[in-house]
Amino acid sequence: MKIKASFGDRSLTLFIYAALVIIAFTTFYPFWNAAVVSLNKGMDTALGGITFWPRAFTLENYEVVFQDKRILEAFYISVMRTVIGTIASILMTAIFAYGMTKRELMGRKFYMIACIITMYFSGGLIPTFLVIRGLGLMDSFWVFIIPGLISVWNMIIFRTFFNGLPAGLEESAKIDGCGYWSTFFRIVLPLSGPVIATLALFTAVGHWNDWFYPSIYITKEKLIPIQTMLQQILNSNIMSEQMSQLDSASQSRLSSMKSITSKSLSMATMMVATLPIIMVYPFVQKYFVKGVLVGSLKE
Amino acid sequence: MAEIAAITERQQALKKKTKLGRLLKQWDLQLMVIPALLLILVFSYFPMYGVLMAFQDYNIFKGFLDSPWAGFKHFEMFFHAPEFYKVMRNTIVISFLKLVIGFPAPIVLALMLNEVKNMYFKRIVQTVSYLPHFLSWVIVSGFAISILSTENGSLNILLQSLRLIDEPIGFLSIPEYFWTIIVTTGVWKEIGFGSIVYLAAIAGIDPSMYEAASIDGASRFKQIFLITIPTIMPVVIIFMILAIGNLLSAGFEDLLLLGVNPVLKPVADVLDTYVYRTGISGQRFSYATAVGLFKAIISVGLLTFANLLARRTGNSLW
Repeated sequence: MKIKASFGDRSLTLFIYAALVIIAFTTFYPFWNAAVVSLNKGMDTALGGITFWPRAFTLENYEVVFQDKRILEAFYISVMRTVIGTIASILMTAIFAYGMTKRELMGRKFYMIACIITMYFSGGLIPTFLVIRGLGLMDSFWVFIIPGLISVWNMIIFRTFFNGLPAGLEESAKIDGCGYWSTFFRIVLPLSGPVIATLALFTAVGHWNDWFYPSIYITKEKLIPIQTMLQQILNSNIMSEQMSQLDSASQSRLSSMKSITSKSLSMATMMVATLPIIMVYPFVQKYFVKGVLVGSLKE
Repeated sequence: MAEIAAITERQQALKKKTKLGRLLKQWDLQLMVIPALLLILVFSYFPMYGVLMAFQDYNIFKGFLDSPWAGFKHFEMFFHAPEFYKVMRNTIVISFLKLVIGFPAPIVLALMLNEVKNMYFKRIVQTVSYLPHFLSWVIVSGFAISILSTENGSLNILLQSLRLIDEPIGFLSIPEYFWTIIVTTGVWKEIGFGSIVYLAAIAGIDPSMYEAASIDGASRFKQIFLITIPTIMPVVIIFMILAIGNLLSAGFEDLLLLGVNPVLKPVADVLDTYVYRTGISGQRFSYATAVGLFKAIISVGLLTFANLLARRTGNSLW
């Protein structure tokens, strides 16, 4: 028997579907619009009215972006720091976590307390900045890698996972003559695929998206990652828009000289910086939902 | 007596020796944790110790150890600074707005998603709404700047086509709009991702409760309020405590990126951006550290207070 839905229930359903469609559209539209603007002639965009579809389709914005050596270098720096930083951090943190699961580890309790304190207290922006500067890490590629090598949060998640592994496996490895290190690399690490994938995903996203720390630790243009460079481009863009409000005549004369505007160019750069995330996103979705739940269950 | 003392001393020495022996014997195990602990020492504990420079007149050339002590001078300076009132007001207002609007938004989204029976539609909405969480604030601010721009900004296009305005408005250069923009972009970025935990909590509800309720004639609307919301309340309260503990963190990257225009400074300057501006840009290290410490102390107080409230309701964090 199917109970017929009441009027109230049906209107609630209708309202919910409508609200969700609006939410999904509002989330999606900025991506779409930025992509459309990046594929439209800059001068044409300046006339206004570009929303869902390009009016004067062109790839010249991307041509300029891909010919700009600084942007390519910044992209390279971002890729390098993401790959090296993620692998190094996940490996170091996993080894650390494995050591912390051993009951016979002397000083384990003290080590654990020392870790947990750092989750509640931190030195804050300025003392950290001065420590990193004091270590001579300013204007060095290693400032992207070394300070983030150990994540206490990830260590705790790893540790919980390792504790859940069957003890018999490690014991038989021990009988076969494996030490701690070879047990870790031969037995434990190969079994940790899912947790490594989840934590690596979040670590990698963090590396890719970091723009603020490079902006204070890096002054050499060669070492600036793509996000920081994009921020500088957008910043100068706002300034130029402000200038245009002051003096629209000279601004329009300036933009009429070239078909590419700073807006169309910055949209193309933005797409280049976003694309890697959007491309891997569908493949990693199942991992991050799991990851969030692991993280929140700990609390 | 002396003999006993000598014996216990010897025993202790022996114990110490074996302790050292044990430590040396497990050197390979210690080697797994010591490099990591050293990194934590350097990058977490050194800065924590460095907070003491809030009570110094830190001098780059003298260094942390030789700089003269200054007591509470920098704290007093901050309390009497001309920016103090505006910075505190902005911090409290922005974070309060974010709490009141940004905190319930993911819960409402989760409740709505839970009512959707079409799995295909649900999956699409979830996939789309989680995505912004993975973008950097630079990208999100870029979207906001583009949509709100006077030059082909979609919001201006929309308002103009609805004949609500005649001339495009430069939304990001008018202080009155700034708080709305900040709260909206924050909700836009995190609403989907924030809903994941609540969806998981909802998924744990026994479906027979809904069956029983609908046999008793409860409408779907009533079921939401009488079954779903009360069941996820413990999760909500835990996240509420954490949010209250963060009440003085009004945001940092978003304010820095969207509040670029100098016109916005009176509404966009909060404690964290003020620390950045005075400390990193202005090189007033001791002063900025003092402001940061002031914020940290109040935050701990707020967290304790929120936890006290939660304990009354039986949902404490610790």
